[in-house]
Amino acid sequence: MAQTNTETTKPQFDIFNFLYKYGTIILIFVLIIVFASANPAFLQTNNIISILRSISIVTIIAIGITISLSVGGFDLSVGSVASLANAIVISMFVWYGQPTLIALVAAFTAALLVGLFNAFMIVKVKIPDLLLTLAVMFIIQGVALTYTRGATISQNMIMSDGSYATGQISPIFAKLGQVPYIIIIMLVAVVVVHIFLTYTKHGRYMYVIGGNEEAARLSGIPVNKYKVVAYLMSAFFAALGGIVLASRVMTAEINAGGPYLMDAVAAAFIGFAVLGAGKPNAFGTFIGAVLIGILANGLVMMSVPYYAMDIVKGTVLALALAVTYYKLK
Amino acid sequence: MTLTMTDITIEFPGVKALDRACFNTRPGIAHALIGANGAGKSTLMKVLSGAYTHYTGRITINGNEVTIRSPKDARNLGIQIVYQEVDTALIPYLTVAENIMLNEFVANTDKKTLVDWKTIHTKAKDILRDLNVQLSSRTLVSDLTLAEKQMVLIARAVSTDCSYLILDEPTAPLSFSETEQLFRVVNDLKKKQVGVVFISHRLPELFDICEQITVMRNGEFVIQEAIPDTSIARVVEQMLGEPLEEQFPSRTSTPKDVRLQVEHLADGDKVKDVTLNVRAGEIIGIAGLVGAGKTELCKLLFGATSKKSGRVAIDGKEITLKTPSDAVRRRIAFVPEERRKEGVLVEESVVTNLTAASVNNFLKVFSFLDFKKERSKAGEMINALGIKTPTADTLVQNLSGGNQQKVAIGKWLVSDADIYIFDEPTKGVDVGAKKDIFDLVSALAEKGKSVIYASCELAEVKGISDRIYVLYDGQITKELSASSTNEEELLYLSTGGK
Repeated sequence: MAQTNTETTKPQFDIFNFLYKYGTIILIFVLIIVFASANPAFLQTNNIISILRSISIVTIIAIGITISLSVGGFDLSVGSVASLANAIVISMFVWYGQPTLIALVAAFTAALLVGLFNAFMIVKVKIPDLLLTLAVMFIIQGVALTYTRGATISQNMIMSDGSYATGQISPIFAKLGQVPYIIIIMLVAVVVVHIFLTYTKHGRYMYVIGGNEEAARLSGIPVNKYKVVAYLMSAFFAALGGIVLASRVMTAEINAGGPYLMDAVAAAFIGFAVLGAGKPNAFGTFIGAVLIGILANGLVMMSVPYYAMDIVKGTVLALALAVTYYKLK
Repeated sequence: MTLTMTDITIEFPGVKALDRACFNTRPGIAHALIGANGAGKSTLMKVLSGAYTHYTGRITINGNEVTIRSPKDARNLGIQIVYQEVDTALIPYLTVAENIMLNEFVANTDKKTLVDWKTIHTKAKDILRDLNVQLSSRTLVSDLTLAEKQMVLIARAVSTDCSYLILDEPTAPLSFSETEQLFRVVNDLKKKQVGVVFISHRLPELFDICEQITVMRNGEFVIQEAIPDTSIARVVEQMLGEPLEEQFPSRTSTPKDVRLQVEHLADGDKVKDVTLNVRAGEIIGIAGLVGAGKTELCKLLFGATSKKSGRVAIDGKEITLKTPSDAVRRRIAFVPEERRKEGVLVEESVVTNLTAASVNNFLKVFSFLDFKKERSKAGEMINALGIKTPTADTLVQNLSGGNQQKVAIGKWLVSDADIYIFDEPTKGVDVGAKKDIFDLVSALAEKGKSVIYASCELAEVKGISDRIYVLYDGQITKELSASSTNEEELLYLSTGGK
């Protein structure tokens, strides 16, 4: 019976399935054609690089969310963690005159501590991930604000005692946020995580846990260990995003990472459907970020005001979710 | 005022759950309804309480024919049911009073917008007092014990007009003293001329509390008798009827040294006192009915829950299993009862499922997966087990129940363990696949593996095992040699007979 089944279904062309698999990529090409015909400058190398640069921070943070999604979790604290890492890394240079290595280590350590706290509360105290990371999002947002005393940190800023900050951001660090390094960092993150999730035992375990935690546990998979790892990795990529952001703007604005959260969530969810993966995956997340980046860039070129951009992004996210959940139905 | 059900037939896709079943009872008595698993007793009572709409047959009350096509119809006729899963019918963050008065609440608030809290609490207190239950009407239901929740549901049932009360396996989760309390309430209800229908697997308690007993088998009515005129042994005989002959493979190998030794194991909950041992190349059966603690025992042996007391030793060495992954490292395998929830990954492919417990055997350097090796092993397993699947990449959710179960078992054959624990492996599996599963289990023992086969299908337990332990209320009550016992004796012991 099974065989006749495959024979009868194979020749049929399922339009929904086709759109589910390739819809995002087709949409990207359609957008490129539309925007390019509206404004030929859209296809210039400079603009393409500008798009890639603009999506790199979103992508890096979204990769972290993708990992938390792969174990069936959800990490909403990534935006705040990016803000915190941003504040710490800049303050290390500006306030304390530390070398690059120390600044980076400090930022990553703080982020990983947040990841550890997330993991502990989710795995041991058993708070649902969405709720816990929502709370942690607030906490860390507050921690970052308190740390910077509610002010923007920048070179030569006026300190509370009236003197000027003397620390300088190292020139090597300043390169991270510039083309081509910022794009290289993003691509390396995508490729490494894609390989990790798809081709290694650990990635397999994470997907299995995300698919059915109890069945995974009863197959002898150390579920808690992998969930801890997932939240640590999520925090790590959030911190990386925050650090790259710091290097790009060379300051620590108030809640600088916050706005990246929703874009990153959208990218990760759009990524579910790409090439029919049906689950969170790094390559799809990248494609999702590209889609959002092209939309934003193209619409700005077509003089759509920046403040209307969230309407478009939100609509794309809703569409992506509609496709994913309609498929599950 | 009598209630009769005649020629009740109901079909579900592929199964005739009830075949011209009959049932008669009257107010003021407790009527036991009994039968083996799948006999149709719960289905019959669901028909009576309006849970199914598509039955055929006649139901009369006091000689008047009635139609029951919805739970509301049943309630209007004074028929109330309390299901075994009490939590599904309760709202945990409301108080006892609100839960008791829920039906009235929904029915009578159309006219009024404001809730009259005082009346609700007074009424609820009155009902609880009538039932002689010590429970504050202002406690939150989430803070109650299981037995207390049951009382709340019984209180709800009698809060409106209640002439018949159906209790579906009410005692399975209760302790001894809680059961006493329930019986007191049932006896009170009988005095108030309520007709109680009591479904249970525990025969001795039915003989304590009931006046009449109806036995069902395979969806059909077998016999109705007055309790004083019958005996446990007679009821057991009627429940079984002519036993179905199943094909069990014969084995030539003989059990060797003791591999797994368990002494006085308890989890502080459902598993109370379990002592058993399994030899290499031996199949032991755990015979126990629903609620006896089989699943809990299996999970405890696999490290999925933690033990409170007792000792577990493998090959004479004492071990502690904290997690299932500890158990897997000790070469223990477990095929759980809840296949789709716990046994297989429905959204993953057959390959991923088959290698889920042994990914470590399919690795190259740096934990990279060896897809080729994985695929060829999976192909081998699909052929060996006769798993019917279009391709190895098909998602497991697209396979039939029996093939899913083969995948769940295959996972542990790929990983190659020493001790195999099966919990209800033939549940929801068709006859052909059942035979394949028996062959598989038997082949494991032939290869020198130790097998624990836990099931409430007593004929299967007897057919496949070398030795049988009877589990009743979390305790091993008897050890038997499979060749010297029969299904009747197993059922007698499993229902609490001594």
